[in-house]
Amino acid sequence: MEPLVALRGIAKSFPGVLANDRVDFDVYPGEVHALLGENGAGKTTLVKVLYGFHQADAGTIQFGGRVIQIRSPHDARRLGIGMVFQQFTLIPALTVVENVALFLPHLPAVLNHGVIAKRIEEESARYGLAVDPWAPVWRLSIGEQQKVEILKLLLARSRVLIFDEPTRVLVPHEIDGLFRVLANLREHEYAIVFITHKLPEVLVCADRITVLRRGVVAGTLMRAEATEQGLVGLMFGAALPEYDLRRREPIAESGGPLLELQQVDTGGDGVSLQGITVTIAPGEIVGVAGVILGLTPCIRGRKIIAGQDATRWPVDRIRRSGVAFIPEDPLRMLIVPRLSVLENMALADTRKYARHAGLTVDWSAARGDLEQSTRRLAQEMLPLAVPAGALSGGNVQRLSLIRELSTDPRLIIALYPTRGLDMRSATAARDLLLAKRDRGAGVLLISEDLGELFLLSDRLFVLYRGRIVGAARPEETTAQEIGRLMTGGGVAGG
Amino acid sequence: MASADARRFRPDSVRAALRVTGLFGLAFALFAVVLLAAGKDPIRAYGDILSSTLFSSYGFSEVVVKMIPLMLTALAVAIPARIWLINIGAEGQLFMGALFTTWGAAHFAALPAWALLPLVAALGFLGGGLWAAISGVMRAHGWVSETISTLLLNYVAIFIVSFFVFGPWKDLESANYPQTPEFPAAARLPMFFGTRVHLGLLIALVALTVYHLVLTRTRWGLEVRAIGGNIEAARRSGIAIGRYILVLMFVGGGLAGLAGMGEVSAIQGRLRPSLSPGFGYTGFLISWIAGGNTYGIVASALLMAVITAGGDVLQMAHRLPGSVVNILMALMLFVVLTRRRIP
Repeated sequence: MEPLVALRGIAKSFPGVLANDRVDFDVYPGEVHALLGENGAGKTTLVKVLYGFHQADAGTIQFGGRVIQIRSPHDARRLGIGMVFQQFTLIPALTVVENVALFLPHLPAVLNHGVIAKRIEEESARYGLAVDPWAPVWRLSIGEQQKVEILKLLLARSRVLIFDEPTRVLVPHEIDGLFRVLANLREHEYAIVFITHKLPEVLVCADRITVLRRGVVAGTLMRAEATEQGLVGLMFGAALPEYDLRRREPIAESGGPLLELQQVDTGGDGVSLQGITVTIAPGEIVGVAGVILGLTPCIRGRKIIAGQDATRWPVDRIRRSGVAFIPEDPLRMLIVPRLSVLENMALADTRKYARHAGLTVDWSAARGDLEQSTRRLAQEMLPLAVPAGALSGGNVQRLSLIRELSTDPRLIIALYPTRGLDMRSATAARDLLLAKRDRGAGVLLISEDLGELFLLSDRLFVLYRGRIVGAARPEETTAQEIGRLMTGGGVAGG
Repeated sequence: MASADARRFRPDSVRAALRVTGLFGLAFALFAVVLLAAGKDPIRAYGDILSSTLFSSYGFSEVVVKMIPLMLTALAVAIPARIWLINIGAEGQLFMGALFTTWGAAHFAALPAWALLPLVAALGFLGGGLWAAISGVMRAHGWVSETISTLLLNYVAIFIVSFFVFGPWKDLESANYPQTPEFPAAARLPMFFGTRVHLGLLIALVALTVYHLVLTRTRWGLEVRAIGGNIEAARRSGIAIGRYILVLMFVGGGLAGLAGMGEVSAIQGRLRPSLSPGFGYTGFLISWIAGGNTYGIVASALLMAVITAGGDVLQMAHRLPGSVVNILMALMLFVVLTRRRIP
């Protein structure tokens, strides 16, 4: 049998990153093919090439045995390739019928809602996608919205369905429902691409598994040949030798902890934390391996910074107590794109740079701190007057590090601090975190790069779905063990 | 740093100015069609408007008189708009400023001018500021959108003024006219050059200058621009966003209150319900045309003042209803809105 879609030798690079390096990937009708890998392994890039979002630098795409060009998502949809994105693309004010109708090709001028509703109901019944066609989308749960996304593709006659981390937003029983839907679709000869970084899911629902590591196919396995251990090995590499060479000197545990979280629960969007208890002592780097750490208000539990109860402190007070924050998405959370590099620097602590009771701003002091911090990080000086939004992704990350580490913080919360940096910059940033640690600062390091976590951390926690599922010292555990916990291997039923 | 700002924004602002000029040409051309349809010669009508506003010294002085409240109400809109707050309530804030001013002028009538004038000015600012701060508080707590509350409070403010003017504060000597007694001389803002141009002009220009300097030079301006540029980053940098919502609404409302103070204290000399021909709404239009730019506010206020005065010209010389210029203003609004691209 021919594969329905075959990607051959796909290469795609972005400035500074080779996201896909000669990747081969195909999917047959009636097959669920899982694409597994860490964040940044190139999974999303690969399917975006398939969906026409990106144009590959090299390689070919075959559809039904013919070599074709997919220049846009429009082309992909015409061929019958559909994608369910992590962020849904529904319009909340419209009903299910209207949302589906919007997606259909060749929409007539006068809509016959009844006909569309009837088709929705037929497809729903066939694949177990029960949803009220007349309900406005804002009333639907996340799981139901995902069903609508799938229905859109089915009614538009897509034959290849790409799911980008579809389980990320679902609660456990919804995940089971999704897997039943996938099984039904497979029965009906749909070709399904399923992106995830959770191992148990792959072993439950995939027929074939391709593991990507740093843009390269680390292996393709049939479901029967795959084991958890083997997949972890493929995902993270067999060993991490280069990191083990660097040993940390033991840290004198002096004074009280810098940060204590006691039984903290959070609410809010996305994954919420449940019963988290963490302490960070001066001169200690605590690594948290896992997917999400919400920075939302505690709804239960206590947060203690340097011995003071900070549970209800506003951000300003927390920052002034010596906490620096390197966010996962600096352009959204730290940097004001329209302001210049120097202005963004001054925002780190406007009170510090204010002169004459705030009437003026001491730009030369801000520039001095920026230069000093830049030197400490062994970076090139960034252009001061350029709007920060015009910088490249790597430079935005640099600015974010330079700014946040300029204040000589006591406690550093660093999320993916080296993401987007080249080797030299990443090493300099890691060295600086270690140096800060040696001078008594505490660091909460959140990363999905296991190598980085093992290199830097004095202690490691693993978060999975908002709970701490493991804690260890790096020298007492292995990357495989942490990887298994990170991907839900330690929790029964995923 | 201000110079770096200027460097960065200049190409943009030149392009924006050209664009606005072109769009306004379009609005004038469309209004010319309306004038033609009414059987008037548009070239003569425009000529008359120009000669009786910009090219006569009395006419020009009256244009400046109208610019004073327009610049202040435009600032009342522009200041909260720096952090994307939509203040449609400059009209009501102007009325509350006038109300507070009138109260002060009546209560402290015995004070000399050097004490009374600053006092009533402060009261005017306070009246408008507090009125806007109501919406600010409700927005900062996330209760009610400031767009809705400022708009609705306009009607409340106008009714409150009517209540006092028709009721407790009514001047018994002016028969059936709904108006308060005349202000004492010490509460009248001085006028200059034998025209109605009054001290409010200086207040408005100072307010514009301070607005510009605070925004570009100060710590608070930097924080405001940070909130306007990326509210999430600002929050995570520890900037107190709720406080800025409140303060910017208060200051904006206060400036609209000063506009009201100028109208009652200099122009009218007493409080009347017909205090403002919609200065607050025209100010909103000006602020959006100018995109909050300081020079843009002055230029747009001039344009709107000329158009408002032009209504009188059309009424007297061409026997058209004066409100016909509202069509022109509506056309302006249309062309201004074309700047807002759908992403």
